[in-house]
Amino acid sequence: MKIVTADNVWILTSTALVLLMTMPALALFYGGLTKVKSILNTMMMVVVAFCITSFLWLVYGYSMAFGPDVSGIVGSLKYLFLSGINPSDPAPAAENLYHYLFIFFQMTFAAITVALMAGAFVERMKFGAWMLISALWATFVYFPVAHWVWGGGFLGDMGTLDFAGGLVVHETSGVSALVGAILLGRRKEAVMLPSSLPLVAIGTGLLWFGWFGFNGGSALGMNAQAVSAAFVTTIAAFMGGFVWMLLEWIKFKKPTSLGLFTGIIAGLATITPASGFVDIFAGVIIGILAAIVCFWAVVYLKNRFKYDDSLDVFGVHGVGGILGAILLALFAKPEVAEVKGLFYGGGLSQLWPQLAGIAIVGVYSVVLTFVIFKIVDKVVGLRVSKDEETEGLDETTHGEKAYAKEI
Amino acid sequence: MKKIEAIIKPFKLDDVKEALTEAGITGMTVSEVKGYGRQQGHTELYRGAEYVVDFIPKVKVEVVVKDGDVDMVIDKIVESARTGKIGDGKVFVSDIEKVVRIRTGETDDEAI
Repeated sequence: MKIVTADNVWILTSTALVLLMTMPALALFYGGLTKVKSILNTMMMVVVAFCITSFLWLVYGYSMAFGPDVSGIVGSLKYLFLSGINPSDPAPAAENLYHYLFIFFQMTFAAITVALMAGAFVERMKFGAWMLISALWATFVYFPVAHWVWGGGFLGDMGTLDFAGGLVVHETSGVSALVGAILLGRRKEAVMLPSSLPLVAIGTGLLWFGWFGFNGGSALGMNAQAVSAAFVTTIAAFMGGFVWMLLEWIKFKKPTSLGLFTGIIAGLATITPASGFVDIFAGVIIGILAAIVCFWAVVYLKNRFKYDDSLDVFGVHGVGGILGAILLALFAKPEVAEVKGLFYGGGLSQLWPQLAGIAIVGVYSVVLTFVIFKIVDKVVGLRVSKDEETEGLDETTHGEKAYAKEI
Repeated sequence: MKKIEAIIKPFKLDDVKEALTEAGITGMTVSEVKGYGRQQGHTELYRGAEYVVDFIPKVKVEVVVKDGDVDMVIDKIVESARTGKIGDGKVFVSDIEKVVRIRTGETDDEAI
């Protein structure tokens, strides 16, 4: 196969779209949900994670994830510092694309995955600790898991499917966010008090927009699968938002803007692993189930166990990603990508590799995150002091205020 | 001279201002304040988790009037700010010793 211009056009566009999801979309989304005294710190956690992870991606991350396979576990260091790659080379993993473009596209995935976790740690984590966690977590969790599923590793060989990152992106970050939030401990004021719901609205819209590149771009070309993936993604998003809002209305007597936006993100995260394998009908069902299951996780599971997953990274992304990876095995339609789910005569054949993938990725993420947090706690400490937490991280850590007062 | 401070519901400000203007009161000072009385705070709900807001936003209206106008002004405020529901607010009256208009140097009743 040789370089296809249309495919490169679309994937370069998708790369820009996924970049937009971190900066500014996720920064706005998380920032708007944070208390006003720490909004800048939250936005910086997102963006600094992007910077660190992207840099490591160039140094060894790409090579660990997509370098020549070493016994199914990790890529070799053949592409250390991207050595030996020329701008006109085709990508080994997708020969229709320039190698640089494939590296660039995948870089934005690595970066946003790390940034996603930040939502569980806001308003109380030391900035330096977060930088260290970003580097370690990208190195020991994201790069290997991306290799297992997408880079020719053992999960991909076993048949585990993950179109755009239900396991690689949302399960890893969601499960790790939960572990991290427990080790970090509850905030002194462990309530969500959004500094600006309009910012959350803008962030939600830009995330949705960026998801065209995230899921549509994961087709790695400009083809029917790309269009179908983008379409079902949008369907799951609006169904998720609508149903979440209704659930809230029934349960708590008022439909909230935050509920509507949260449901949209739940729909997006849940459809992600399945988006290239299911049809639009499944998109509707997956959106509805995403709202119901993630709503339960955020409202009941979290309150039952009292962990302070501050912005619900686990409840929305972790639970959504896992749910989507399971639903893929039920709804995969052969006309979309030649994978037969349970409802299209495929029996349970796809379910086992999905469940195995979910379990392995989950356990690995939990264990590694636990170790990383313990190490960082020993080296620099995880939390700011109580006084700093009360005063807000914007002033104490960064010497800035989001909104200056004239007097 | 007396100062009348009225803590009212924010959405009642226009009604109070209109009533006082009609009654010939020519000036007032308004500020956004927060607090609670017997109403106590209220709760907000974010993703199913309740957040208790202790201090509720109110508007404080301050007017300084001649001794003879006090009862009339209080009546106007109470009439225009009342909804009959909890949280309507309160009116406080206190003595004022001296008033000076900065531009002209006029004092007391002339300066009101």
